[in-house]
Amino acid sequence: MEIAFKTQIPGGGFLIEERLPEEVFTPEDFTEQHRLIAETAEQFMRNEVLPRWEQIERQEPGLTPRLLRQAGELGLLSIDIPERYGGTEMDKVSSTIVVERFAQYASFLASHGAHSVIGTLPIVFFGNEEQKKKYLPRLATGELIAAYCLSEAEAGSDALSIRTRAVLSPDGKHYLLNGEKMWITNAGFADLFIVFAKVDGEKFSCFIVEKGFPGVATGAEEKKLGIKGSSTRTVILEDARVPAENLLGEVGRGHVVAFNILNVGRFRLAAGCIGGAKQALQHAAGYANQRRAFGKTIAQFGLIQEKLAEMATRIYAGECMIYRTAGLIDPLLAEAIPDSPAYGEQVRKAIEEYAVECSIDKVYCSEILDYVADECVQIYGGYGYHQDYPAERAYRDARINRIFEGTSEINRLLITGMLLKRAASGRLGLRAAIEGLFQGSPASGRSTEARSMEERSTEERNTEAASLLGTEKHLVAAVKKTALLVAGVAYQKFADSLADQQEITAAISDIVMEVFAMESALLRAGKMAARSGVQSSPQPIPDSGPQTVDDKTAHVLAMTRLFLHSRMDWVEQRARTVLAGAITGDALRRQLATLQQVTRREAVDTIALRRQIAARIIQKGKYAAG
Amino acid sequence: MKIMVCIKQVPAKDSTLRLTEDSTWIREQDLSYEINEPDAYALEEALRLKEKHGGEVVVCSVGPDRVQQVIREALAKGADRAIHLVADGGSRLDSYPAARLMAEAVRREGFDLICTGLQSDDLGFAQTGVVLAELLGLPHATIIMEVQAEDGRLKVKRELEGGWFQWVQMPLPALLTIQSGINKLRYATLKGIKQAKSKEIRRVIATELGLKAEELAGRQKLHRVYVPVKTKQTEFIDGSPKEAAAKLVEKLQRDARVL
Repeated sequence: MEIAFKTQIPGGGFLIEERLPEEVFTPEDFTEQHRLIAETAEQFMRNEVLPRWEQIERQEPGLTPRLLRQAGELGLLSIDIPERYGGTEMDKVSSTIVVERFAQYASFLASHGAHSVIGTLPIVFFGNEEQKKKYLPRLATGELIAAYCLSEAEAGSDALSIRTRAVLSPDGKHYLLNGEKMWITNAGFADLFIVFAKVDGEKFSCFIVEKGFPGVATGAEEKKLGIKGSSTRTVILEDARVPAENLLGEVGRGHVVAFNILNVGRFRLAAGCIGGAKQALQHAAGYANQRRAFGKTIAQFGLIQEKLAEMATRIYAGECMIYRTAGLIDPLLAEAIPDSPAYGEQVRKAIEEYAVECSIDKVYCSEILDYVADECVQIYGGYGYHQDYPAERAYRDARINRIFEGTSEINRLLITGMLLKRAASGRLGLRAAIEGLFQGSPASGRSTEARSMEERSTEERNTEAASLLGTEKHLVAAVKKTALLVAGVAYQKFADSLADQQEITAAISDIVMEVFAMESALLRAGKMAARSGVQSSPQPIPDSGPQTVDDKTAHVLAMTRLFLHSRMDWVEQRARTVLAGAITGDALRRQLATLQQVTRREAVDTIALRRQIAARIIQKGKYAAG
Repeated sequence: MKIMVCIKQVPAKDSTLRLTEDSTWIREQDLSYEINEPDAYALEEALRLKEKHGGEVVVCSVGPDRVQQVIREALAKGADRAIHLVADGGSRLDSYPAARLMAEAVRREGFDLICTGLQSDDLGFAQTGVVLAELLGLPHATIIMEVQAEDGRLKVKRELEGGWFQWVQMPLPALLTIQSGINKLRYATLKGIKQAKSKEIRRVIATELGLKAEELAGRQKLHRVYVPVKTKQTEFIDGSPKEAAAKLVEKLQRDARVL
């Protein structure tokens, strides 16, 4: 069944279209309902989970399932489950908000996500009516805890190469499953396993397997680097008897289940990373405010301020990205009709549309978290290396995010790969945009401002610099143009074999990610500035930020400027990598000159910006733009 | 039992407080707000009484549009409906005009019980509930730590000083000012949050209640708000260790009054 959405914003469209601040969702658009959900999730973590983290970390038997059931009573397990199956059925912004709060303790977040996202959503999206009625109400309350079983010892990123087999019994009543699944979160206490297996060793398929079915067992707890409070075991299937009606979706269509669930999982993981990073920043700021050296608190030193500012700024960008993505998906979800038999399909399509954005968020935000956790350890100094202080756990817990739900490497390949596929199928006007770029004219009225900084007169540039975020708007136009330039050059050279050039593909993805990150940061700042009434101000913005706006807006404007200017350096570096890897000689020199022209910009005083940003973090003792 | 709970929106506890230029209040631009803590306990007690005895819980709040935040929170936790007394500068009203407005707006509702928090976290006068009881001609009891309702009467436990309590019997209708910690607060469930959207909030414009301007004028005026100045004094106690210890104990008892 073909599903068409009324939406105007295509997945990946950020690369070729210009958006206005009011067109993107930001935390400033939270409704009263969103704020109440945040409060409930926050209180639940503060009162029920965080005081017990040491017991959870030791995997005290029964504790995590009990806390999950308690979360279930509040409705925190069932945001994605339709009301008719006992769920709370709310938007992606709501689930993002909850995930961010639950990320205050990574192990619990992992258990929650394995259950309520990748464990439950396969049935929500792909289950038939009987399966939904049978399982969803109990998954909503936490009476049943779920786990998702895709990976095997020799099938991780290469998920389709799994060896677990399913054979239908001669009477057609049940399948016999044989194989071993690895890295299964929640395995120690899960009641329900979503298991991928190949029917007759060939047809990739998905099954709902109850713990009580004969032939289902789990291995010993894995000894992990981090998220030690979450259960991770193998799931062993030895002639496991699974009723035929527990086939999820169709035989041979299991990959559709697997990959779509991973899209949601990636988006959710990104939100978790931002929540975790905020927590790490709060620890770091708190410690910096209290630890004294050379007669002052270390927060008073420039090098510590530089770290706090950079941590906050990257978190800000990640936060802009995840809520923008949630805001993209939600209008499409709103078009899905819960009572229609096509509901799951509609929801799946909505999420698939923004698979590129989900992958970008996943890679980008997991790397933000890693950076922030690392700097958190550094700010704690020797104490950061000690288990009695929170930096150590934050550092260990962060690391897995670059690996699970598709490694950073796999996702970097996917981002460019999916964009090119969308372009090839006509869903994204990438080709026209690139051609427009090479011909020196915009491809359409809505396409990126194509003129470089250099082409504009000095007078024009001065006027821009004086207007709010004028220079930054041009940086975003420049990064878009850079992305199109390198993608165009690389595609011209390698065409359909571009996928084999992994380093080039990943470098293009790096630039594409910066487009999304930089633009998301800019649009949010623009929205906040407009709402506080400064956009029309003809006055130049002083380095200390505009005086007329509230403290939070001034803080966001400073972070936006810092972020855009500093990321542009990285963009240039990656662009040179692609160009030099694709072309040589005069052609290379020509394109490098174009690149230089496109990215030419004035230097800003990032030291002053970072000091300004750090001042608010130090004052608030935490991330201060949310 | 038909119960009203008065809730006030106050600056959140973790707010950074900065004074206005004329030093008569705190700058409101940078604040975030939350429900006054004792009021949250008053709401919880009312919801428990309703669960036990049936009836209705109505919340009432005075202030500008932003107080809808705490009204929605109360509705999400289980209150049935709300009355929003729209008054600009509601947070600056002292106890009398706030109580006067509420008395006018709810006089005809015929509540069996009115619960307020003991006091507000911002101004802390602890008078609104007491004045409201007087204006409505109701008996009241303050600093309540336990409520038992039976046969149309109340038995309540008041907190006195020094760890003492007092049990009071009183008729209904009545007004109680509730102490923080009387019960364990519930969470707003996501289902409750969703349902809150469709619950009734009756907006009553303060200036349309027919009250004279002088009746709404504050009875108190804040002359100056300031940040307490921290001072440190060091005193050395002489003598042998035994004598010095005895002097120290005496000082801690008499001057510092901490023993």
